[in-house]
Amino acid sequence: MTTTSKAPATLKETERIQGQGGPGRGGPMGGGLVGQKSMQFGPSARRLAARMRPERGQVLAVLVLAVVSVALTVLGPKILGRATDLIFAGIFGRRLAAGTTKAEAVAALRAQGETRMADMLASMDVVPGQGVDFTAVRDVLLLVLAVYVAASLLSWLQGYLLNGVVQSTVQRMRADVEEKINRLPLGYFDRQPRGELLSRVTNDIDNVSQTLQQTMSQLLVSLLTVLGVVTMMFVISPVLALIALVTVPLSILVTGQIMKRSQGLFISQWRHTGKLNAHIEETFTGHELVKVFGRRSEVEEVFARENDELYAAGFGAQFVSGLIMPVMMFIGNVNYVLIAVLGGLRVASGTMSLGDVQAFIQYSRQFTQPLTQVASMVNLLQSGVASAERVFELLDAEEEPAELVQPLTVGGRGEVVFEHVSFRYREDQPLIEDLSLVARPGQTVAIVGPTGAGKTTLVNLLMRFYDLDSGRITLDGVDIATLRRADLRGRTGMVLQDAWLFEGTIRDNIAYGRPDASEEDILQSARATYVDRFVHNLPAGYDTVVDEDGTSISAGERQLVTIARAFLADPALLILDEATSSVDTRTEVLVQKAMAALRSDRTSFVIAHRLSTIRDADLILVMEAGAIVEQGTHEELLAAGGAYASLYASQFARALV
Amino acid sequence: MLVRLLTERLRPYRRPLALVVLLQLVGTMAALYLPSLNADIIDNGVARGDTGYITRTGVVMLAVSLVQIVCSASAVYVGARVAMGFGRDLRAALFHRVGGFSSREVHSIGAPSLITRNTNDVQQVQMLVLTTCTMLVAAPIMMVGGVLMATREDLGLSWLLAVCVPVLLVAVGFVISRMVPGFRLMQTRIDAVNRILREQITGIRVVRAFVREPFETQRFARANDDVTAVALSTGRWMATMFPTVMLILNVSSVAVLWFGGHRVDDGSMQVGALTAFLSYLVQILMSVMMATFMLVMVPRASVCADRIGEVLDTETSVVRPLRPVTSLPDPRDGGGRLEFRGVQLSYPGADSPVLHDVSFTALPGQTTAVIGSTGAGKTTLVNLVSRLFDVTAGAVLVDGVDVRDVEPELLWSRIGLVPQQAFLFSGTVASNLRYGKPDATEQEIWQALEIAQARDFVEAMPDGLDAPISQGGTNVSGGQRQRLAIARALIRRPAIYLFDDSFSALDLATDARLRAALAPVTTEATVVLVAQRVSTIVAADQILVVEDGAVVGRGTHDELLAGCTTYQEIVASQLTAGEAA
Repeated sequence: MTTTSKAPATLKETERIQGQGGPGRGGPMGGGLVGQKSMQFGPSARRLAARMRPERGQVLAVLVLAVVSVALTVLGPKILGRATDLIFAGIFGRRLAAGTTKAEAVAALRAQGETRMADMLASMDVVPGQGVDFTAVRDVLLLVLAVYVAASLLSWLQGYLLNGVVQSTVQRMRADVEEKINRLPLGYFDRQPRGELLSRVTNDIDNVSQTLQQTMSQLLVSLLTVLGVVTMMFVISPVLALIALVTVPLSILVTGQIMKRSQGLFISQWRHTGKLNAHIEETFTGHELVKVFGRRSEVEEVFARENDELYAAGFGAQFVSGLIMPVMMFIGNVNYVLIAVLGGLRVASGTMSLGDVQAFIQYSRQFTQPLTQVASMVNLLQSGVASAERVFELLDAEEEPAELVQPLTVGGRGEVVFEHVSFRYREDQPLIEDLSLVARPGQTVAIVGPTGAGKTTLVNLLMRFYDLDSGRITLDGVDIATLRRADLRGRTGMVLQDAWLFEGTIRDNIAYGRPDASEEDILQSARATYVDRFVHNLPAGYDTVVDEDGTSISAGERQLVTIARAFLADPALLILDEATSSVDTRTEVLVQKAMAALRSDRTSFVIAHRLSTIRDADLILVMEAGAIVEQGTHEELLAAGGAYASLYASQFARALV
Repeated sequence: MLVRLLTERLRPYRRPLALVVLLQLVGTMAALYLPSLNADIIDNGVARGDTGYITRTGVVMLAVSLVQIVCSASAVYVGARVAMGFGRDLRAALFHRVGGFSSREVHSIGAPSLITRNTNDVQQVQMLVLTTCTMLVAAPIMMVGGVLMATREDLGLSWLLAVCVPVLLVAVGFVISRMVPGFRLMQTRIDAVNRILREQITGIRVVRAFVREPFETQRFARANDDVTAVALSTGRWMATMFPTVMLILNVSSVAVLWFGGHRVDDGSMQVGALTAFLSYLVQILMSVMMATFMLVMVPRASVCADRIGEVLDTETSVVRPLRPVTSLPDPRDGGGRLEFRGVQLSYPGADSPVLHDVSFTALPGQTTAVIGSTGAGKTTLVNLVSRLFDVTAGAVLVDGVDVRDVEPELLWSRIGLVPQQAFLFSGTVASNLRYGKPDATEQEIWQALEIAQARDFVEAMPDGLDAPISQGGTNVSGGQRQRLAIARALIRRPAIYLFDDSFSALDLATDARLRAALAPVTTEATVVLVAQRVSTIVAADQILVVEDGAVVGRGTHDELLAGCTTYQEIVASQLTAGEAA
């Protein structure tokens, strides 16, 4: 977050440098630790602005266009004021007798004691006896028209370019986040609450995008307009300008005060919204329980209380923040009155023309409006930069250690050896200590044991989702740490308990295992894994779209699809982590048969609760508290009468009695 | 729907709403009076050099400004009260409505969607009411008032209004009509982008295991391009908006000066009136623009209103009996007899029923087990007892009384349900158990925990019974969650226990211990047990084998093993033949 000032060649590069810069796991840039840091508005805003660097040419053009178009817009009223003056002068001219000169007319007025009128007339461009000079008026109006048309055109061009800049910036930011996700170590996702992370990659990016879209153009134009208008005001009448300027600190003070108050109220409103939403979410999710346990009235009581609190907080926030508009309008009106009165007096005394007063009034209107806009945008900008900062934190998170420069390759039959492997997710909690095991090519190795024994961790280590603390794991004699992750994983098929499908058709989800698979390959693996059977009962067949939450097919069927996916991938090494737990036992028989075929000539690791599913494994490892306490075949372990035998007995206790 | 929702739900707020309109009316009139006073300053003060008049009128203008701010601030006050009250009432109405829904309605709309409707959707409509009260109401008043005042200043120029206002309306309307579909499309595309990111994060292990990062990046890039394309095109329309409005506004001013100038020259109009006319024109056009901008909110709010209306219009399929039975025999006096009599359940529009012709009796002191494939209808069967659904034919009877005739609270007090998804509420261990029995003592809680095999881990928690539980129970493991859910049902000491696949997350040793501890507690109760594992149900007094919504076998383990092929298949898949015999 500090190196943006060094102006590196490209921004992405900086982020990579920063990302990898953190020393080790506990480093200052490490994962979720950064999330607690307080907000730094300045650096984060600068960094956000720096992300537009690839479009700097366009940004420059936008700036120039904005300056020119605002300058033209601001000139408009002043020139228009000339037209008013011409008309006003025409009226006076008509009242005066033709043939006299202006000087004579003024002198005549003075003689009548009409000193004021004389002063005013003296300052005007009057030809006695002549009405409004419409040729001059026309020229002025045509000039104004040209100025306005040009201003609008430039302003449009500026908006058009800026839109492109903002959208490209947001698009790039999204892409960077997505790529970052692929480079983060798995541990990052474990440390970070999932909802929190999702909120960063979705809500926060959306917020940044909206903030950029809304503030960038308006903020720029508003600020420039204020500047231009103030300049024009001083040009026309420094005295009136000073009066008008008094309203600036006044507006800032008032809006500042209101916002300070409303911000607290808004926070309270969001807090209560969050509480109420949580209550609603909980009640609706646990709907059946709330009903059957007869808790509806209690739940409604809590709801009513939270709802009332939200009402009170929401009312406060909306009322106080809603005051900004009327108050600013009032200040604007007071300003208007002052200018009208003082301007009127000055016209009467001849020190100012009516056209200038009119222009001044227009300016003062144009002046309060952007001020209000800037004030209200400060809020938006703050929330946008806060979101940007959260996205930057993600982009800065430490990445997976780089691959070796010259990775080895492997092409054996799938022999896996764990040699004195130790690993812990958290430094203070030992998990796997000095574990060794050998899985011969083609063997099925089953891992059983209670929850938390470290079964899934073994798999995570084998897949290099995590790196070892000590010891090594070899695949066909090659240390997996020296392989490219993609090569290692490409030789491995995996089916997890959590049957993950992406939103797409069943066909696409199976093909996920091997993108270049032919239709025939897909159908074949679907048949082999009994996916074909239930797909035929679906109206859309293989084109049925499954979504992430999978409402269109059952949990068991989802699991079958993931098995078909692994089948299609045809890996050398197969990992089944509780793969059949949500498949009912009869379907499981079918799946078991399919998996037996799948396992036949490859090394497989099977993790299961149900002992029935692993009985025929070549090797059963019984794990407890991170260590292998027993190993052998089903018969050997039963005969040994140890941990496995008692596990087995407990499962089939009643059946055996 | 939006109109109906607003008229119905805003009825209690008629008086404050009328007050808002009145306040806005006075406030707007005050605002409109200012240019007219300014015209007086020019015509009567400046043109005649009457400084006294100028100052006097200035004071009047200040007073008018004061009236205006008082009115509009009060309008904001009343408007915020109305809008927030409207939101509060609507949320409460929705929440109450959903509370009365049966599982059928909840499932057909979906719990996540119900949550969104009760929160975000209400907020959208509430914001519309708020902006209407504080700003939108003023726009037509400003427009009509502005036109009146402008014509009063000079009737001869009013034709300019008839040109400028429609031109602006059409221009702004056109641009907005171009943007609205873009906004909608953008929302769906942003959803798509977010969905892909969500999928990538939840499926991160699978993505990496299959080395599909490039594929995901590509999939994401496509969605990202799509959303950027829409954002670009709507953004372009948006960029047109401001310059267009400004151009129309400015050209109008020029026109006023040109045509007005001629009228001033031939004496049919005063120069002050010209300035005032100009001010009114700007005010009118501004209000038109504001109104059109606000109207952008309407399509979105109307979608939300439709979704809210759908919930409010949905009648629950499980209705309270008109004359409910208010007493059932006590569990200690042999109550708890459960009978299914020719039960059928079908969803409207579905081809085949979820359950058909299911009949059985579950007696107190006995365990009735239900086994079958996923999707066979086991959970539905259990949920019929607690009237989370109602049968479409046949009847479910508790102690001889149709459950549809029993007072729901009485019925539920007889039932201890442990659902398939062990769901805990945010709070503490103790508060979750007291969900089952509000007045439970600590001793009762520990007892229930002990039977549910949860005592050890609760004792190991730093705060014991007061250990915090997060929403849904996500801060404890699946097995622990399930055991706490079981304890929550046990503490009620109900007449009927419904265990819906409640032991699935337990390791086998715990499962066995739990069942052993459960036996003495449930001797007088009716136990219905849905399970996947044969070992869990092998000792049941009666086993029902369910397939495709029908009971295909009934009897003890041994009987079924002898005569029911489906059961044989299930057993064979789990036990070797020798063990089963």
